Amino acid sequence: MIFLAGFAPFQPTPGLALWSLIIFLLFWLLMSKYAFKPMMEGLKKRETTISDALAEAQKAREEMANLKAENEQILAEAREERSKMLKEAKDTKLSIINEAKEKAKEDAIRITTSAKQEIENEKKAALMEVKNEVGMMATEIAEKILRKELKGNPEHESFVNTLVGEFNQN
Amino acid sequence: MHKILEALSMLRFYLINACFLLSLSVALAQTQTKTQTQKTSKQHHDHSHHKHDGHDHGAHHGHNHGSHDGHDHGSHEGHDHGSHKGHNHSHDHGHDHGHDHGDHGHGHHVNNFASDCGSPAQPVHHEGYDPTGTAIHHISDANVYTIMDMIRIPLPMIIYNKERGMEFFSSGKFHAGHHDDGHMGYKDYVLYQGNIHRITCPGFDSKGEFEVQGFDKVEIKNAEGKDIEKRYAIVNGKGYNIEQKTIWDGGMLGGGNTGFMDLSPTKNVVSMGLVSMLLFFLFRGAAKKYSGDPSAPSGIQAFLEPMFQFIRDDVAIPFLGDKHEKFLPLLMTIFFFILGLNLWGQVPFLGNVNVTGSLTVTAVMAIIVFIITNIKGNGDYWKHILWPPDTPLFVKIILIPVEIMGMFIKPLTLMLRLAGNISAGHIAILSFVGLIFIFGKAGASLGGSLTGTAIAIPLTLFMMAIELIVAFVQAFVFTILTASYLGAATEEHHHDDHH
Repeated sequence: MIFLAGFAPFQPTPGLALWSLIIFLLFWLLMSKYAFKPMMEGLKKRETTISDALAEAQKAREEMANLKAENEQILAEAREERSKMLKEAKDTKLSIINEAKEKAKEDAIRITTSAKQEIENEKKAALMEVKNEVGMMATEIAEKILRKELKGNPEHESFVNTLVGEFNQN
Repeated sequence: MHKILEALSMLRFYLINACFLLSLSVALAQTQTKTQTQKTSKQHHDHSHHKHDGHDHGAHHGHNHGSHDGHDHGSHEGHDHGSHKGHNHSHDHGHDHGHDHGDHGHGHHVNNFASDCGSPAQPVHHEGYDPTGTAIHHISDANVYTIMDMIRIPLPMIIYNKERGMEFFSSGKFHAGHHDDGHMGYKDYVLYQGNIHRITCPGFDSKGEFEVQGFDKVEIKNAEGKDIEKRYAIVNGKGYNIEQKTIWDGGMLGGGNTGFMDLSPTKNVVSMGLVSMLLFFLFRGAAKKYSGDPSAPSGIQAFLEPMFQFIRDDVAIPFLGDKHEKFLPLLMTIFFFILGLNLWGQVPFLGNVNVTGSLTVTAVMAIIVFIITNIKGNGDYWKHILWPPDTPLFVKIILIPVEIMGMFIKPLTLMLRLAGNISAGHIAILSFVGLIFIFGKAGASLGGSLTGTAIAIPLTLFMMAIELIVAFVQAFVFTILTASYLGAATEEHHHDDHH
């Protein structure tokens, strides 16, 4: 240390020590209270705000993504629904057509059947009429013949009446 | 005869210049070690020169030559102060005034202070330019605030005198002149090289102001063979021994307890106050912007915030972790106090104060760090010092004294590193500026001064740039070391994964 003898800046003087202690402690106190603590808190607040804002943005982005996915799902569902509905409609159409066809066929058959029946009836009625007419005509003819031939023969008369009765029964 | 004297004067010129170059290289070497090996005897100007503004050494020199024709020829070195006592000196050239010419030095002694009080003495002149002395004077604390050796602002004096008690007056009473030497004394106080000194002579009793003709100093060996410097004030043609203010160095650095204690707000104290206030208002302006909703930094806030965040994120948090908030104000205070004062000291027209290069100031900060570290030190910290865990007994025996010494070495290195670096920077710049005076001396010529200036400007610019970095680096180093000491003292050890 002897080489520093007379090197005034390295000589510790009580006055300077006292004043630097007072000034340093005061500086420490005032700066802590009025500068460093508000700065620390302000910076912390700002950092929290920024990180919060970032987190919020992230959350919003995620929400957006979720919404988009949801929308897509809804769209897909709607699309599916639509195709289902279309298919159903097609099926309904086909079934209606088939039903109609079936019914038409049935109707046709029924109509045909009833028409046949009617024709049959008409035929029967016509045949009956023809038979009756023919009977009448035959009877008339036979009467005329018989009148001429069988006049006065009762056996022939009853025989002819039996035949006519049989005929009518048919 | 006249021609011979003139020739000798010229010879002295060149020899002195050679010596100055030599002493400059010594001064430069000293910037690293801060040694003061050169024993220079500084001569002082008389009153006819006290109006000189600035370091007009060239003018002084020429003047000396004119007026002291032939008195101060020869080149002197290695002042053998024994010669003052009239011993072992054979080179008395027979001058009337008891002029004593050493062999090679650049100072010479006019006065032979046979007794400490009242031996006849005469004011002495500046003898050349003394780079070491000038540098030390410029980086020392002072009782006047001197700006560029032109503006001298008096400061209040608060003196504790062991005999008379507290005394208050202004350092304006000393009428400080060139080199901050007072032209007047007050009571028994004088101002020598900017610092208050007291005339110790019992017979000397001045109730008021008195005129001081000049100062002189001699170096002698005391009874123990130690070199000591004796300073004298010259009043009414008589030399009176003066003592410096009390210095708390235990007599190791050339100080010791004296008859009075200087408790004045000195140049360093005023600078500390000004820088503290300036920083306070700057930070207050910035801090106000943090109230209310967070916003992007603007103005002074944008300038201070990155430094604040740097200390917080790269100094406090890495060393202190979760506890950083508790210690952050102290770390910030240390960083900005040191940085502010480092930078303030580098502005030439603010007085070139050397506050952070003053060991007293750094010691106060180091002691505060020491106290806080040891108060906040937890059980683990003390355990590691007093009974290091997981070490064999014989290692413990070595380790415990080392750890205890380390407790004190840490603040000691803090204190010395900062003061040493800043003082060294100031000395380097002063040495480079000194080149102008050294070269200017050569024939007191404009050419020499211009050469010196041409060399000094780039060197000084370079040094100032370096010092600007040093200002930040040293503030940062002090802070980061404080953070590491605090971190080590408060760290929670987990012995499972430790060691």
